Amino acid sequence: MSSACSGPFRGTRWYGSARARADPAAAERPSISRDEAVRRLEGEVNEVDKGVDAEMTDKPAEPARGPAPDAAAQSAKGGVHVPVAPAAGWVNPLRDPRDRRLPRIAGPSGLVIFGVTGDLSRKKLMPAVYDLANRGLLPPGFSLVGFARRDWEDQDFAQVVYEAVKEHARTPFREEVWHQLSEGMRFVPGDFDDDTAFKQLRAAVEELDSSRGTGGNFAFYLSVPPRFFPKVVQQLKKHGLANAPRGSWRRAVIEKPFGHDLASARRLNRIVHEVFDPEQVFRIDHYLGKETVQNILALRFANTMFEPIWNRSFVDHVQITMAEDIGIGGRAGYYDGIGAARDVVQNHLLQLLALTAMEEPIAFDAEALLTEKLKVLKSVRLPEDLGSHTVRAQYAEGWQGGERVVGYVQEEGIAPGSRTDTYAAVKLGIGNRRWAGVPFYLRAGKRLGRRVTEIAVVFKRAPHSPFDSTATEELGENAVVIRVQPDEGMTVRFGSKVPGTSMEIRDVSMDFAYGESFTESSPEAYERLILDVLLGDANLFPRHQEVEESWRILDPIEAYWDEHGRPAQYPAGTWGPREADEMLARDGRSWRRP
Amino acid sequence: MKIDLTDTTAGEINKALVQGRRAIGTPAVGMVLTMVIVTDEENAYDSIKAAEEASHEHPSRMLVVIRRHSRTLRDRTHSRLDAEVRVGSEAGAGETVVLRTHGDVSDHADSVVLPLLLPDAPVVVWWPVGAPDNPSADPLGRLAQRRITDLYAVERPLEVLETRARFYAPGDTDLAWTRLTLWRSMLAAALDQARVKVTSAAVEAEAENPSAELLARWLQARLGVRTDRVVSPGPVVTAVRLGTGEGEIVIDRPEGPLATLTLPGQPPRSLALKVRPLSELIAEELRRLDADDMYAVALRGEGTKETV
Repeated sequence: MSSACSGPFRGTRWYGSARARADPAAAERPSISRDEAVRRLEGEVNEVDKGVDAEMTDKPAEPARGPAPDAAAQSAKGGVHVPVAPAAGWVNPLRDPRDRRLPRIAGPSGLVIFGVTGDLSRKKLMPAVYDLANRGLLPPGFSLVGFARRDWEDQDFAQVVYEAVKEHARTPFREEVWHQLSEGMRFVPGDFDDDTAFKQLRAAVEELDSSRGTGGNFAFYLSVPPRFFPKVVQQLKKHGLANAPRGSWRRAVIEKPFGHDLASARRLNRIVHEVFDPEQVFRIDHYLGKETVQNILALRFANTMFEPIWNRSFVDHVQITMAEDIGIGGRAGYYDGIGAARDVVQNHLLQLLALTAMEEPIAFDAEALLTEKLKVLKSVRLPEDLGSHTVRAQYAEGWQGGERVVGYVQEEGIAPGSRTDTYAAVKLGIGNRRWAGVPFYLRAGKRLGRRVTEIAVVFKRAPHSPFDSTATEELGENAVVIRVQPDEGMTVRFGSKVPGTSMEIRDVSMDFAYGESFTESSPEAYERLILDVLLGDANLFPRHQEVEESWRILDPIEAYWDEHGRPAQYPAGTWGPREADEMLARDGRSWRRP
Repeated sequence: MKIDLTDTTAGEINKALVQGRRAIGTPAVGMVLTMVIVTDEENAYDSIKAAEEASHEHPSRMLVVIRRHSRTLRDRTHSRLDAEVRVGSEAGAGETVVLRTHGDVSDHADSVVLPLLLPDAPVVVWWPVGAPDNPSADPLGRLAQRRITDLYAVERPLEVLETRARFYAPGDTDLAWTRLTLWRSMLAAALDQARVKVTSAAVEAEAENPSAELLARWLQARLGVRTDRVVSPGPVVTAVRLGTGEGEIVIDRPEGPLATLTLPGQPPRSLALKVRPLSELIAEELRRLDADDMYAVALRGEGTKETV
């Protein structure tokens, strides 16, 4: 029976990650053996008696942020429940790495959302919080604080959340889950300039610490336009909200855009990092929260059959596509002047490129992933002739899926002479041994044929074919396609004999889709990411270095576009401008129809 | 699509499966495991329903083995296998084969199941009722990586619990244990917040509840304290109390899905703690297919903490 116990999923790597999962705190401290854990646990009892001395002994284990005097001042006030000193070496006896059933539950914590009345907050954040609670992944006492310029009481806020949850949550509505959540809802009305409001926020946070046991752990979600970031983080700093009491954490969560070029991104990062430690700033790129994107790493590094061919010897080129069928809708104010390249190429597409092209990280943790992603982003090479290897375009009037739609410059709020790109295609190279000479074609656009995001790794043709040329006439190139959305999954395309007496080979595809979108196995990206923020797991968040590196790649392209020509035009509902097809035709290739 | 086969063999069933798949136009399916359900006619419907719901998360081939009892001696010796092959929308996300065994073949159901297992994919056996005393030695149990039993389906759960403990082999698991996951994760989360040493424990539940017993044993093993079993009117587990130097940690669920959590020095707060349907329990079971060491710890209770 010993074979049964070493089942197919058992390996050191898996075990390691399960450990981190079972005990969130373990991710932050060096892993310890079981014996050691027990010893610490027992030792802790003695240390409590020693009082202050104990505070010093175990200190290095916890990344204590925020100056100690501040923590002392807070506990002196008495209202705040600050975890006591032994907390640092404390091991929960009910948790065990072997206990894989216990889900990754966030520790005691609360979430503060700025701009809580916005679309993102109502459609994504609030439902995600509810879905997490419904799946039992939020700690008892989890609290949600809204901050906005509305004259609301806590109940009014709860009502808004209720409606958002009813309408947008993924999991069924359950009264008891709602009851649990609603007890911890608070609302702070006010402006970002308003000191009283921030004082009130601080009072609310402290009140939650004592009444709900949030333990001083709060994440501040800045769901506001970036121009407000400086104000908000400064206010958080001024009112002592950014300083975590000893043994707890304060995190900032920010959404794209992370600036509009390298300089502005640096400025933004400086502002945020002045207040929050870089490790405690979580940048949301919701693509990275998607199952398939995480699966890229599993696919590449947990298998043996893909990695040997994942290089210039076998790969002809890579196409990364992000197509949307919608136009800019009501986002004219945001979109005009930004464009497709800044909006999605800089973040989503370059992240997908990094995950596709990077070397194997030494471990599946935030630091190792950052190291590898950063290396590959730094090796990205721009084509020498930007004019013939990049394309930007705007959608023109046309028919989209049976509906007549207007062109970009006819959209409400867009100036007739706007040069903003709604379509961008670029050819990038990667200067390392693995990828030298393999082009990565990135394209993104609005009002294209249909909504799809995919990574297609296209392989070289077989170097020699024993078959007649007539037999392989219909044979294309082999490809591995990772579908990110919708219908997450993977397709492998290869040639196969057509049944019959003659030898004829044509492309077939093999499709893999694991899980349906409405089961627990495929949570919304925001659920995963919010949970990770609360757990302090930074694997799926781009760090500021990556953001800056991505701007370094994009800036010269944007500068070139500013000075040369005008965007090409493509009819809405098609797969982009003729110029983009020509761009690939020059290399003897063509775009895949996704 | 449904194909009925009377007095058949595994070979013919395999053919019918291929035929069914071709007919609905999906020759390749991404099924990840084979689930064997061993049950009687009375429990078949609910079990299949639960497993099909779970198959949306884990697309699988489901083989339902139903042993038919014959009334006459003549029928009893006459051996016969009937099968019902379902593919497509009628079978959740996968394929279902319902096998009805009559007579002698009932004792050799493994010979029917073996040729129908998916190549390479893991095998799970689930006995909704009538699990053997020693699941890993059972002819069908031997084929599986994971063997699911249910202490809720036996007459004297606490006695059977001892049998399970005696014959435990890695890969065994019980739904009475699965039912505790929410309780256990909330208790662990409560302790994450309280961060104190637990000095005593008590589990309150209806009499003879196997989950409560497992929970008590788990607490005993993990916390190293004696755990009292307190009988309450139920339903199922109603409360857990952990005594600490600073006061009691209590999760109290007198009725319905809403529980109350009390931590020392903090006001009580509510907690959603529902009793989950069978399909969710099965889906949880299928998420991990390796040995559940913690179940072994709970099953054996105190004193085994370091040996497992």
